[in-house]
Amino acid sequence: MFHISRRGFIATAFAGAFFSGTKAHAAALTTERAKALVDQVVGEINKVIASGRSVNSMIKDFERIFNKYADVNIIARSTLGPDSRRASRSQMRSFTTAFRGYIARKYGKRFREFEGGKIEVTGVRPVKSWHEVKARVKLRGSSPFQVLFLVSDRSGKDLFFDLVIEGVSLRLSERTEITAIMDRNGGSIDKTIADLKRSG
Amino acid sequence: MGKRFSTNSILKAKAALVLVACLAFAGCTKAPPGQSQDVAFDPYERQNRKTHAFNVALDRNLYRPVGTSYSDFVPDEFEDMISRFAENLSVPSAVVNSVLQGNIRGAANDTLRFVVNSTAGFFGFFDAATEMNIPAGTQADFGQTLHVWGVREGAYIELPVLGPSSERRTVGIVVDLFTNPLTYILDFPENVYGTAASVSSSLSNRGRFSDTIDSILYESADSYAQARSLYIQNRRFKLGNGSGGEFDDPYDALINPIGEE
Repeated sequence: MFHISRRGFIATAFAGAFFSGTKAHAAALTTERAKALVDQVVGEINKVIASGRSVNSMIKDFERIFNKYADVNIIARSTLGPDSRRASRSQMRSFTTAFRGYIARKYGKRFREFEGGKIEVTGVRPVKSWHEVKARVKLRGSSPFQVLFLVSDRSGKDLFFDLVIEGVSLRLSERTEITAIMDRNGGSIDKTIADLKRSG
Repeated sequence: MGKRFSTNSILKAKAALVLVACLAFAGCTKAPPGQSQDVAFDPYERQNRKTHAFNVALDRNLYRPVGTSYSDFVPDEFEDMISRFAENLSVPSAVVNSVLQGNIRGAANDTLRFVVNSTAGFFGFFDAATEMNIPAGTQADFGQTLHVWGVREGAYIELPVLGPSSERRTVGIVVDLFTNPLTYILDFPENVYGTAASVSSSLSNRGRFSDTIDSILYESADSYAQARSLYIQNRRFKLGNGSGGEFDDPYDALINPIGEE
């Protein structure tokens, strides 16, 4: 794990200087680490699917997995788009919490569609500043489809910041949704937060 | 005599394709430059939203209830067989489109897939090809062919009944009514089986993916915008062969460093 080459060490030192103020990390994100993260996520998701538990406990499981392995801060901020610039720090915090619960309810309750299904990691490659981990999802009676986990360490930790299912980005789709929720609340951030707490 | 007729109709078909391509080149509305992955060019939004309202009403009153009862009533194994049968019958059209796109390997794989599934797969009711590790079907369509030929996507259009599309895709849908060789070979009533199976398969999907579709149509804050975004992202992914490098880096948009909790 700590077997770092000289070049790796220098890169890390630069990365450390660049992200000073964030938590220190051992080395730049590697394909192995990106894949390891997604392997863990997929392992936990497969366990939840196999457990066949009630919808409510699946929602809780999903929120726990999402919170542990995803960069909820950056996803929430990104779905808020330019509006995130006028949000105060405390508004941003409540928005992020509300957003996390909303995502867990919205997607967690759909976990039962995966019953009898299986996810497997098939590959990983570096893209821009992140790593793209490819997985194949096989559901009953339908051809397998592709899911990408976009993993970055730019938060200071290895976390995924987007899930892309057959080209559909969860983050971009939710940006469309949050924009619509913001619009129906007359552009008010506080009302949007309150609305999110009821949605999903 | 019959031979001459068929050569003639192939020539006619060729001429028709060239004509369609010309029309598509000229007809697809030009989008402003710099469109990102999930942004649709939507100059007809007003009309599209009206069509969307119609489609949602159609779904609520007809498609959804019929699809749900079909899926509940018909055993899963049987549903799967019908869906596979319908998919198999669409493969010859994908072969034609792969050839038009110069994708000979795809055309060959699809041909093999069709032959194997039509025989060993018992008229396509079973997917023997996948069992034998023959690659997944290309599902090539004429909209994709136009893309390969360099026709631009054009404006976003929501079609009545059929749903989200683009100008280019719409031309493709019309042309694909004629690209399936089976329609020229089969007589009544065999030529109806495929259509009937596609309709059943579509109902089956409406029932099976009910939660997903409901969440888009009935639970999202703006179902029109959501459906448009999903369509555009998924369609561009299919045309771009699944590369995910075109996303922006959300960390670049940060003004303040994060992790200060």
